[in-house]
Amino acid sequence: MQKSKKVRSSSSDRVFYGIIVVFLTLVSLCVLYPIIYVVSCSFSTPRSVLSGDVILFPTEFSLAGYQGVFKYKNVWIGFRNSIFYTVVGTVLNVIATIMTAYPLSRGDLPGRSVITKIFSFTMIFGGGMIPGYLLLKNLHMLNTVWSQFIPGLIVVYHVIIMRTFFQSSIPGELLEASKIDGCSDINYLTKVVLPLSKSIIAVITLYRIVGHWNAYFNAFMYLSNRDLYPLQVFLREILIASQVDADLLTTGENAPPIGLEHVVKYSLIVVATVPMLVIYPFVQKHFVKGVMVGAIKG
Amino acid sequence: MHKMSKKKLWKKIAQSWQLYLLLLVPIVWLVTFEYVPMAGLQIAFKDFSNKGGIWGSPWVGLEKFKKFFSDRQFSRLMINTLRISIYSMAVGFIVPIIMALSLNILKDGVFKKTVQTLTYIPHFLSVVVLVGMVMQLFNPVAGLYGTIYQLITGTRPSDIMGIPEAFPHLYVWSGIWQNAGWGSIIYVAALANSDQQLHEAAQIDGATRLQRVWHIDIPTILPTAVIMLIMDAGKVMSVGFEKVFLFQNDLNISYSEVLSTYVYKKSFAATIPDFSFSTAAGMFNSVINLILITIVNQISRKVSETSLW
Repeated sequence: MQKSKKVRSSSSDRVFYGIIVVFLTLVSLCVLYPIIYVVSCSFSTPRSVLSGDVILFPTEFSLAGYQGVFKYKNVWIGFRNSIFYTVVGTVLNVIATIMTAYPLSRGDLPGRSVITKIFSFTMIFGGGMIPGYLLLKNLHMLNTVWSQFIPGLIVVYHVIIMRTFFQSSIPGELLEASKIDGCSDINYLTKVVLPLSKSIIAVITLYRIVGHWNAYFNAFMYLSNRDLYPLQVFLREILIASQVDADLLTTGENAPPIGLEHVVKYSLIVVATVPMLVIYPFVQKHFVKGVMVGAIKG
Repeated sequence: MHKMSKKKLWKKIAQSWQLYLLLLVPIVWLVTFEYVPMAGLQIAFKDFSNKGGIWGSPWVGLEKFKKFFSDRQFSRLMINTLRISIYSMAVGFIVPIIMALSLNILKDGVFKKTVQTLTYIPHFLSVVVLVGMVMQLFNPVAGLYGTIYQLITGTRPSDIMGIPEAFPHLYVWSGIWQNAGWGSIIYVAALANSDQQLHEAAQIDGATRLQRVWHIDIPTILPTAVIMLIMDAGKVMSVGFEKVFLFQNDLNISYSEVLSTYVYKKSFAATIPDFSFSTAAGMFNSVINLILITIVNQISRKVSETSLW
């Protein structure tokens, strides 16, 4: 073993290795630089951003952008709603995913493969935008918070990841043993399977938290009451449609500095993303795990 | 099925009642929110009105499809949709593989970990934030692009967001920036499970690292790559609505109007909304996707014995 590891790398291999290191360094810088630039601009004065002084770090430090962001009533409403949709939506998603994945992981369930196929088919074909909209309209779900939870209740891909985990990581002997003890299926699920499945539940929970926080389409399609908008819909108005709120520009006694709206946009990008980036270091391992479990089976 | 096993089966079903109970809500949900909309596709063959609804509106056969195929916009929509989807698929398929092969060459350590951690970050940005960032960074007055352009030429550039030809590149490469690192995970995992003895044997035979990439690493990830390609084939016609819609403006519309944004506009931004027309266009889109994924899956099953189903 030791000997074979010591096979000497030739000089051409060392050059190749060097090229790879340079390449990956460049890639990392390309990913990182725009992020640093956005953060730097968000902490700069409008003047320095407009004049192009900001190249890497802020040249004139200022919190004007953040003050502008937090003056926005809509940003607060959006934050409140996004937190609500994320928390409730994720809890419902995870419960529904377990309820689907567990029975489908049981090899002895009659009809299992048919039911799995009925679920899987929706991954490659669906009704699309208009029938989906009409359904919610007929159910009187438009403009209700339910429109943000129920249509996306189950993500079939997540069901498959969780089912694969149940099948591969929970020993079958446990089921037989608990059956002999007279344990019911639901008791077995809650008392034995779930405590052994904390890691996969964490993965799905984190997937859904990020999914809900970043979701935009369902709110855009199904909500018209501004009090129900999640943050992403307000972000679209401000960042992309450039509908800068009047109260931002009129509150101060003096006229706002030229270019303030740009700094506010940079600050808003940071504020809207920070919640996800704060949890990122803690969840990275779990996320990667999810991709790998999913990779085992399609 | 003969008598005994039938009896056994019913017994088994009765014993499993708790499992079916768990599945009850998911199945009701699935039927309501996935299969009922599929039944709603019938309005593509009807002349939908609010009064008649999905079931009561009169049948018109293929009229809406004919209207869609003869639409002035039809060929432009098809070209735009295919341009963006094939472009992003080709680049989006290759780049994560190159990333993973490169990462795999590195020894485990701080540098490798750092590259991975950094390149995953953009995956966590929302599509609204991503498009907002692109618009800010390419802003000719207050953005990175404007700043660098001015450093080099001394003048401010024109607005890239308003150049139609720039749209596909912005769309595709912002996607690469966001997802290439994340997309490499699945290949890195496949490579980590590869047979180390092959590498050792090849090294003893004097193979260079690059030769081992070609003859060992690439064959190792081939099955995974084929699966990814099959799944991509199912999306050829469905360029994601959200990102295109967010990128779209009056100036780049000649390149950025794709099927899904057109479907949206014909129903929600038109003076006389035509839900049936939109549904027909959307259905055309999903049926082609379904056909493509089936064909590619069958070919792959024959050729490489790798398939989704």
